[in-house]
This record gives sequence, structure tokens and C-alpha cells, in this order.
Amino acid sequence: MATTILIPTALRAFTDANARVEVEGRTVGEVLDALVARHAALRPHLFAADGRLRNFVNVYLNEEDCRHLQSTATAVRDGDVVSIVPAIAGGR
Amino acid sequence: MSEMPPLSREEMARYSRHLVLPEVGLEGQRALKAGSVLLIGAGGLGAPLGMYLAAAGVGRIGLVDFDVVDATNLQRQVTFSTADVGRPKLQAAAERLRGINPHVQVDLHQVQLTAANALDILRPYDVIVDGTDNFPTRYLVNDACVLLNKPNVYGSIFRFEGQASVFWAEKGPCYRCLYAEPPPPGLVPSCAEGGVLGVLPGVIGTIQAIEVLKLLLGRGETLLGRLLLFDALAMRFRELRLRQDPECARAGSCQKVRGLVDYDAFCGITPPAAAAATVAGEITPADLAARLARREDLVIVDVREPHEWDICHLEGARLVPLRTLPEVVDSLPRDRPLVVHCKLGGRSTKAAEFLRASGFENVLNLTGGIRAWIDSVDPSLQKY
Repeated sequence: MATTILIPTALRAFTDANARVEVEGRTVGEVLDALVARHAALRPHLFAADGRLRNFVNVYLNEEDCRHLQSTATAVRDGDVVSIVPAIAGGR
Repeated sequence: MSEMPPLSREEMARYSRHLVLPEVGLEGQRALKAGSVLLIGAGGLGAPLGMYLAAAGVGRIGLVDFDVVDATNLQRQVTFSTADVGRPKLQAAAERLRGINPHVQVDLHQVQLTAANALDILRPYDVIVDGTDNFPTRYLVNDACVLLNKPNVYGSIFRFEGQASVFWAEKGPCYRCLYAEPPPPGLVPSCAEGGVLGVLPGVIGTIQAIEVLKLLLGRGETLLGRLLLFDALAMRFRELRLRQDPECARAGSCQKVRGLVDYDAFCGITPPAAAAATVAGEITPADLAARLARREDLVIVDVREPHEWDICHLEGARLVPLRTLPEVVDSLPRDRPLVVHCKLGGRSTKAAEFLRASGFENVLNLTGGIRAWIDSVDPSLQKY
């Protein structure tokens, strides 16, 4: 049961420069837990101190924002892609 | 939109490749001439936007920016030439746009967009384009568009990555549906700190320009309800679904924006007056220079990356990239003052907090980073 997590440029410094990480898990929450278990420095960038996903980081299961599904409890299937999309502001 | 204006013989010749497109044609070209667009930010995104929209014959183009052209802009802001360095951006941009197409009216708003002036500046335009470079202005532009019920063509870039979408609160999601809150200051580096590939704003800005034309023509499918992601390193486009907040969708309009607010406070930014005052734990470049001249036994810790160190560094400094700090923290002396610095002061603030939390009692952060040092102490170092 491998799920691919796509890592944005801004966070690749914490995943040994990997743009994608393969992890195991049954829900979005479990695969994110597996990701931060492997790359501990990522945790504060994804989760607030109370363990909730930060508001300026969106997590998508395939094309859908998981907040519009069952959030971190959303089930993932083999071959699903989870994307982390943080807010960026550059333009000049 | 105003009455459709006629096209002169010269305009007909100029727009010939549009006129033969059935989706544009004479009627569409006149709609473009009747249309107006406001570009907020005349920088990396604003450069291709302004030039292509002028060339395409959009009748009225407003530009909002208060900056002057800097040498570091030329790597990506292709509106400007080397000779423009030091000139107001709007002056140089207006010349370029009028040179491309004299039939276009170019309005210049040489001000910083604020909650006080935003509604008046945005009101006369059909389409608003967000090409700014900071979170407070992005939320301000979004909220003003929500209140005025205008489409907001969004583009954002960072390093090798870009995002684009169209927000329109009456018809779908707005920026607050995408990100309800901004990240705290310092967590997401700016392009000045983090860098940006010069061509990237060209890709995202031209995508925004296409969306503007489609909105004015009323043709095609815009990015409304979709977030387009571009990764230049992987050369991959992806598309994610962007849904309106269910509560706003039920109400038929945005329920989060009631009026304009203090956007610096919303984004957690300290007012400049307070930031400029001497802050405990900070040291100015002039003070550091004075202490070094007195041969005080300071340790300067540069928390930038090796490729930045190669461009310029302070004499006698020790390179410890921020991400490696936890590994080498035990090798730093605890009995001497530590002065930490980066390029602009963002990363070194985090380094100073980490060192203090690790028990270092005498840690000073160089205010404004090596950029401020070069500006006020040693201009012989290479600026970047």
C-alpha cells in the first residue's frame, strides 16, 4: 500500500531534496505521520503545536483538497497521490 | 463594460492575427479595446502581463507600483532595460507599453496599495491582476475584489514553482477559500531570500495574461475553481480542484470578507516604526562595525547557504547554514558573544531563537543581514 507524497520546492530542504516520498498508510493522516516520522524537521512546517494541519498548508488527495473530504481521516488507496501545497507570495 | 469602440484602419492591420480568429474577430477585438485591466505590481509577473496585454490591444491598462528599478530586477523583469536602473518602475513601464502599442491608455498609480486607497484604485477596472510579492497585499487585493465583485487573476511564484488561478467571489472561490490564513512572517522565505528562476514569472505572468483576455472576451474556460501548479524543475503542470467554502456557496457570496482590515496585523507583521527601534537581541551593522574595530572577541555566525557565502561574506565569519545548526551547535563557544546573520535577517532570527533556546546567553542578530551591512558599512562586498 504505497502512497506518493509530492513535496513542494519550499519544503524539499527537509526531505533530503526529494520531490516525492513513498510512504505506507490507510488514511491521509497516517501517510503524513509516516512522512514526518521519516523527516522530522518537516513536522513544524505541516502541523501546529496542537497537532492540527496548519491553515496555510493545503493537502490534496489526488485533485481534491482533503478538507473537503474527511480531512486527515480520508482513506487513501494504493497508487493515490497526496500533494502538499503551501501558500507562496512571490511575484516581483 | 462601456459601448464598443470602433477600430481604426491602423488598428485593424495591427490586430489582423486576432481578427482572423473566429473566437476573437472584430467583435472580440473591440471588446478588448473597451476593456480595462489593473495590474497590481509592475515586477516579474507584471512585466509579461503588461507587455502582452498592451500588444493584444486591451484599451486601458492601469499599473500600481511605487518601486524604482534595481539592478537585481533585470534578471526577470523584462519590461526594464539596463538604462532604467534607478528610474521609477512606472515611468519606465509606461514608456515601454506605449512604445509597444500607442492605442492603449496607460494609467499610472505610483502609490502603495493600502486599505485606504484600494477600493478607489480598483473600482474603475473590469479585471484585477494580482502580481504582488507579499501576503498582506495579496489578502488586500482579494478582499477589495470581493467587495467590488471583480474577477482577480491570481499568480504567485517561488524558486522553481508557480501557482495560478482566477478568483471571483460571486461565481466561485476566492483567495480565502484557497488559504484561509497567511503563514506567520519568516516561515516562508520571500523571493529575495529564497531566489526565483528568472523565466518563471514569464510562464506564470503569460498564463495570467491569457486569463485576462478570456475574461474580457467572455470566451473559453477560465481557471475559476481550479488551481494550476507549475514545477519548472520537473517541467510539469498539475491542476487541483478549488472549491468555494461551503458556507459562502450556500449564501451565494463570500461570507468571510465584510470590509477591509489592517493587513499587516492580519499577517502578523510588526509596524516598521517598532521594528526600527533598537530591539533587545539585535545589533545594527554600524554597531557591529564599531565593536569589531575595538577588537572585541565576537564570533560571527553566517547561517546562509554555501552558494551565498561564495558571493560575499564577512571577514572572519563562520559558515553554519541554518539547517545544519542543530548538528554543530555544540561546537560553538558559549563564553563569547555570538553575532548571527543571513542575507536579510529572516533566517538569522530563527537561528538566534534556536541558539537562545539551546542555552546560549549572548546572541545578537545582525539587523537587516549582510544586505544592510553592505549598504551601510562595506559597499565593496558583492550585493545580491
